[in-house]
Amino acid sequence: MRAADLLHFCFQALWRNRFRSLMLLFSMSIGVGSVVILTGLGEGARQYVLGEFASLGKDVLVVLPGRKETTGGLPPLTGSAARDLTVEDALAIARLPGVARVAPMVVGTAEVAAGAYSRESVVVGTTNEFFDIRRVAIGAGRALPPGATDRAAVAIVGRNAVEDLFRGRRALGGKVRIANYRYRVIGVLGESGGAFGMNLSDTVVVPVASALSLFNIESLFRVIVEIRANADLDRVRERILTLMTARHDGEPDVTVISPDSLLSSFNDILVTLTLVVASIGGISLVVAGVLIMNVSLISVSQRTREIGLLKALGTTSTWIRVVFLTEAAMMAAAGALLGVTVGQAAMFAARRMYPQIAFGAPAWSIAAAVAIAVGTGLVFAWLPAGRASRLEPVKALTGR
Amino acid sequence: MLRVDGVNRTFMLGDQPVRALRDINLRIDDGEYLSVMGPSGSGKSTLLNVLGLLDRPDSGRYFIDDVDTVSMSEERRARVRREKIGFVFQSYHLVGRLTAAENIELPMTLAGWSPARRREASASVIEKLGLTERARHLPEQLSGGQRQRVAIGRAIVMRPEVLLADEPTGNLDSRSGDDVVALLETLNADGITLLVVTHDIDLGRRARRRIRMVDGAVVEDVREDA
Repeated sequence: MRAADLLHFCFQALWRNRFRSLMLLFSMSIGVGSVVILTGLGEGARQYVLGEFASLGKDVLVVLPGRKETTGGLPPLTGSAARDLTVEDALAIARLPGVARVAPMVVGTAEVAAGAYSRESVVVGTTNEFFDIRRVAIGAGRALPPGATDRAAVAIVGRNAVEDLFRGRRALGGKVRIANYRYRVIGVLGESGGAFGMNLSDTVVVPVASALSLFNIESLFRVIVEIRANADLDRVRERILTLMTARHDGEPDVTVISPDSLLSSFNDILVTLTLVVASIGGISLVVAGVLIMNVSLISVSQRTREIGLLKALGTTSTWIRVVFLTEAAMMAAAGALLGVTVGQAAMFAARRMYPQIAFGAPAWSIAAAVAIAVGTGLVFAWLPAGRASRLEPVKALTGR
Repeated sequence: MLRVDGVNRTFMLGDQPVRALRDINLRIDDGEYLSVMGPSGSGKSTLLNVLGLLDRPDSGRYFIDDVDTVSMSEERRARVRREKIGFVFQSYHLVGRLTAAENIELPMTLAGWSPARRREASASVIEKLGLTERARHLPEQLSGGQRQRVAIGRAIVMRPEVLLADEPTGNLDSRSGDDVVALLETLNADGITLLVVTHDIDLGRRARRRIRMVDGAVVEDVREDA
């Protein structure tokens, strides 16, 4: 039998029972679709987290106020502490051996306005070191005043914020109001990516001391520490902890994390998570396989006389088996195709809704889902197909 | 040429052995027209199944064109069946989802012939059977006589040497039955070996050679000179 004829013959048989075939196809597509969607979500989350941390660089430590007592959990990214992490702390860290530079950070959101236009914006209070550590260039204008204590009312504005606020007017030298304080725009940021859900293009950067008084707070949000190229990350971490314990009345109340180590543990967790949810989706594939077996068994017993006829017409047992396996494989493949389509459509919709996260099932998971679907179809159709191929022609012809 | 040498076939009916064929010896030459008659359970159908390679004898030998088929593998037997034997059944055995033309082409499709070659072969058969108008119809849209003609078309389209017909008129009214018989006899006149198993005495008498079976044995084998 020619391949095209075989497919046509099987298609006609499936079409004859189209409702049954369609339901089976749906069950297969649910399995494949859920694998695609679940791995797509997992992979999107993983890529997102990796991207966020990767932009911080490898030779960087982050000092956060507060301490997580239990080990193994996530550090308090936004934790609050009994004692403040101050600008003076940051300057003390900067004097430690092995430290190249530090950038104290204060982060908050505020209403930023220029003329008639205003928008909610992230306001970052920091020093010029921040731009060096984050590898962000000032696109136009000049940097912040040097040092960490200057309360100058000057701001460096991200590109998106400039577009929203100045709408084609010249921003440099202009004024912005941040929570009703007036700031002079001295610079515009160059191209930059985002990290931790914060795109620098949307932010307004002001001197750290100005930000502290703007938000009326004492404590820094975090201190970013860049270590020297030849310094040992762990030793610098120890020095920072010792220093901060001494400065904070003997209480080790800061957390020092290295993005690199965080990154690898996040990666491990998310990969495991993705595999786990994908296997949950895979279970529905097996359920669909059992369904295929049932339907194939029914089909064989309904078509006993046809099988007898095919044998009388000189079809070998092998080919009878091939016919039934092909029917199962066609249904599984069509279901898998539908499942992949639905899954990809869902991923497309998710990307439209959350453009910052690259949702998308990796190619290996799509290939695996389709292969498992067709494989399951074949495995579960093997028994019914074998039963069909072993029917005795004389008995089959009389429907026994 | 078919040659049956001392063939026996026994079935178990419950724990009771039933001898469906007892020591059958038969020689059927090319182009013969023979009928096999006998009461129910006399073994006619079993003989037809053995001759058509659908069933394997327990003992004895069965030669088709001097080749022993009993020792052949099931796959070989399927191929011989496909190339040399055509079946016509009482209940037609058409595939309901295929059109008349597709049913007639089915043996060629299964044999892996190209669509062009299939169409060429089936077209002449369809014309010969007077089914041109009905070629695109499904079996359920055809009368009994037309269905049996489609079945005959399917049986002869690969030009087999032997046509085995099991009660070919059993489900037909007398007029359609006469048409079908006339068609089968025309095919025989063209050279095909025709074996008809029937209860119908009138049909059985039409054959030039008449075999009568009782309890699995041939009790009468009459030749009529044409």
